[in-house]
Amino acid sequence: MKQPIQFQLNGRPTNLTVDPTRMLLWALRTDAALTGTKYGCGQALCGACTVLVNGEAVRSCMYPMRLVAGKEVVTIEGLARNGDLHPLQQAFVDHDALQCGYCTSGMVMSAYSLLAKNAAPSREEILAGMDGNLCRCGSHNRVVRAIQAAADMMEGARP
Amino acid sequence: MSNINYTAVEREWGMEDTTLDRREMVKLLGGGIFVLFHVAQSSSAQPRQFGTYPDDFNAFLRIGDDGRVSLFSGKIEMGQGIYTALAQMLGDELDVALDSIDMVMGDTLVCPSDMATVGSLSIRTFGPALRGAGAEARAVLLQLAGERLGVSSDQLAVEDGVVFQRGARSNSVSYAELAQGRRIERRLEGTASPKDAGQRRLCGTATSRTDSVPKVTGTAQYTGDVQLPGMLYARILRPPTHDAALEHLETSAAEAVDGAQVVRDGDLVAVLHEYPDVADRALALFEARWSVPNATVNDETIFDHLVEAAPPPQPVASAGNLDDGERLATQTFDHTYREPYLAHAPMEPHTAVAQVEGDRATVWAATQAPFWLGGPVSQALGIPSANVRVITPFVGGGFGGKTNPQHAVEAARLAKQAGRPVQVAWSRKEEFFYDAFQPASIINVRSGVDEAGRVVLWDYETLFAGSRGAELFYAIPHHQVVARGSWGGRGGGSNQAHPFAVGAWRGPGAHTNVFAVESQIDIMAAAAGMDPMTFRLQNLQNDRMRRVLEAAAEKFGRRLEPAPSGSGYGVACADYAGTYVATMVEVSVDRAEGTVQVLRVVCAQDMGEIINPEGATLQMEGCITMGLGFALSEQVRFDGRRVLSENFDTYEIPKFSWLPTIETVLVENTELPPSGGGEPPIATMGAVIANAIHDAVGVRLYELPMTPERISEALGEG
Repeated sequence: MKQPIQFQLNGRPTNLTVDPTRMLLWALRTDAALTGTKYGCGQALCGACTVLVNGEAVRSCMYPMRLVAGKEVVTIEGLARNGDLHPLQQAFVDHDALQCGYCTSGMVMSAYSLLAKNAAPSREEILAGMDGNLCRCGSHNRVVRAIQAAADMMEGARP
Repeated sequence: MSNINYTAVEREWGMEDTTLDRREMVKLLGGGIFVLFHVAQSSSAQPRQFGTYPDDFNAFLRIGDDGRVSLFSGKIEMGQGIYTALAQMLGDELDVALDSIDMVMGDTLVCPSDMATVGSLSIRTFGPALRGAGAEARAVLLQLAGERLGVSSDQLAVEDGVVFQRGARSNSVSYAELAQGRRIERRLEGTASPKDAGQRRLCGTATSRTDSVPKVTGTAQYTGDVQLPGMLYARILRPPTHDAALEHLETSAAEAVDGAQVVRDGDLVAVLHEYPDVADRALALFEARWSVPNATVNDETIFDHLVEAAPPPQPVASAGNLDDGERLATQTFDHTYREPYLAHAPMEPHTAVAQVEGDRATVWAATQAPFWLGGPVSQALGIPSANVRVITPFVGGGFGGKTNPQHAVEAARLAKQAGRPVQVAWSRKEEFFYDAFQPASIINVRSGVDEAGRVVLWDYETLFAGSRGAELFYAIPHHQVVARGSWGGRGGGSNQAHPFAVGAWRGPGAHTNVFAVESQIDIMAAAAGMDPMTFRLQNLQNDRMRRVLEAAAEKFGRRLEPAPSGSGYGVACADYAGTYVATMVEVSVDRAEGTVQVLRVVCAQDMGEIINPEGATLQMEGCITMGLGFALSEQVRFDGRRVLSENFDTYEIPKFSWLPTIETVLVENTELPPSGGGEPPIATMGAVIANAIHDAVGVRLYELPMTPERISEALGEG
């Protein structure tokens, strides 16, 4: 049943020997010991487990390992570079765009994917793009502000 | 967090008998300056006293020889922001920078006993004692510094943990140097006074959360992130309904799964595996047959049942004479309001990790009440309760729903059986199934106004909502408020009133009561031909409420007209345990679909002194956003003792697409001590939206949630 699956994980070549029908969420949290990605619902209904696969936001709780082979996976742990927060992470900090923080990894990863497709989203586009990410504490309006601020920061950083 | 030698503490702790005094434990923390203090516990939420800990102090702080300050508190951080705000309060008293304070929270080994983190009480009840302790510590440090520097302490000043002589700044000594090689233990005597409001630097200053960097990088540890060597993940056999009896169980297929271990401990049957998802798959191979109790009530018939089951009325408030009120009233109004069962649905489901070694156990738990877990865990394991250490990592939301010990007990029992550490992490379905819901509740109101638009009659009865939010702040000469049952303990009085466990849900009872009170007030305003703001101000007897209403109105910037005006504006206000809040909204209603979009929310709050305006604002925004849910969509579906709401597709919570613009106003009131900020605005959300819907389309909703079906039905009748 188990088979070796090679992929890039946060920029590093990774080889995990796992049952290919297991979901990426659990392989990340156990085999790879990257616990920043959270379980929230197990049915792709809440977004807490969101990671990037080849730049696309996916719900890792329903994304089987067999689909990961040969691809590039980025988790919340892979965003900061040399200790410097990614502009999105910095914007979440600056705007207090979190409370309990449990949904935050998924929020940041979904926002990353949103900005990759649309560098300057309107408020409405952010609301639509983030609609599948749930937050029970009610930090939504701060998340919207943080995404707008990160978009501005990233725009300014472009040549 | 702090540089405590936990191993040494644990070793010593374990060698002692179960009555080891907490002061002995404090000694094990090594050198420094300690102030031990006691925080009076609120009587409104009685602790379940399992432990045998001495109660002569229940918090302490330490200034270490590295100059760092550690605050040891049994409170926990679940998003509400006391990790930041308590440090602000302490930092001001000690004159140290915020980042020199380490918060040590919710660890029953090193933190003295605390009731629980509930009821928006942390700043209100813990804060004043903390300030006293900080002042006491500062006095000790100044005394030591005076001796060291050869000047009397009244000539000294402190900045960022450095004591210096006024006018001779180079004559200075740091807290770190003063604590070096010393061990000074003080009890809070109350001889040193906390600073006056004007001398505080950190309190009152908007301060960003101090826990956000770990939370945005994925390094913040929650209970499920605790991974111990040899740890197994458990998936537990669950009944299809509450009170179902297991008649037959076949586990051989699960046992055949590579690495799976089936464990039984009485009624607890689980699969353990090194991978949680593989344990889950193995559990699905169980063949179980259950005998299920007959369904007697469901989410439709529950209200009739509750009317039958309600205990006798208890008086809450009364004045005048209802008969006189009837005579004075020119118009009277009889209405019944209902709210269904609500789930807490924190994003982090209940999770616990247990490690059992001999007669000692360590449990990491997602909980609001670490000190309520030791007793049940010790009983389950047959060990002394003092041998159970509970550690609370960051908690992923609580909202009143994380005070039960079930998950911790399950993890402990399974760890004992397995002889290895075990993690129990509830699935979302389990989280809905075992939640202690906000109870379904009913409010009956009869009220009346006179010709001048004065409310003269108020006859109010709550069933299972309790009295919170039912106390009157309007000047009504003839009134009576009674409560039949409350929101805790399966409803109080009648043990079988509710088909499930019920309990506190952010602003417990108050969101139901305020929905009824403030809807009824609006109904009378409309009948009197007055706009709802003027009507409220005219009938108020409370200056703080007047001030928040006026502050909200000013920010809102649009004049309210007598409803229904077609504008979709609404107002509601509440006194939530001494915090005054007024909320105004603008909504649009789609008449064809019956859907409501809340476009704008303005909320003004007077909570006395504000420790962290940023934190208070975050809590207000959170209450407003979360409150859209119980107002518009949230309802636990059930049939008998089967819970049909199992995930976020069958229990809809607020989403980004619902998001209104939110504007908050903090009304300055520094002369009053801080009151709670975690709940007040949520109490207003049902009423303010109901009132705005009425203003928009002229229909009145008496039952929550205000779904498109109910709105369409009301529009059809109108």
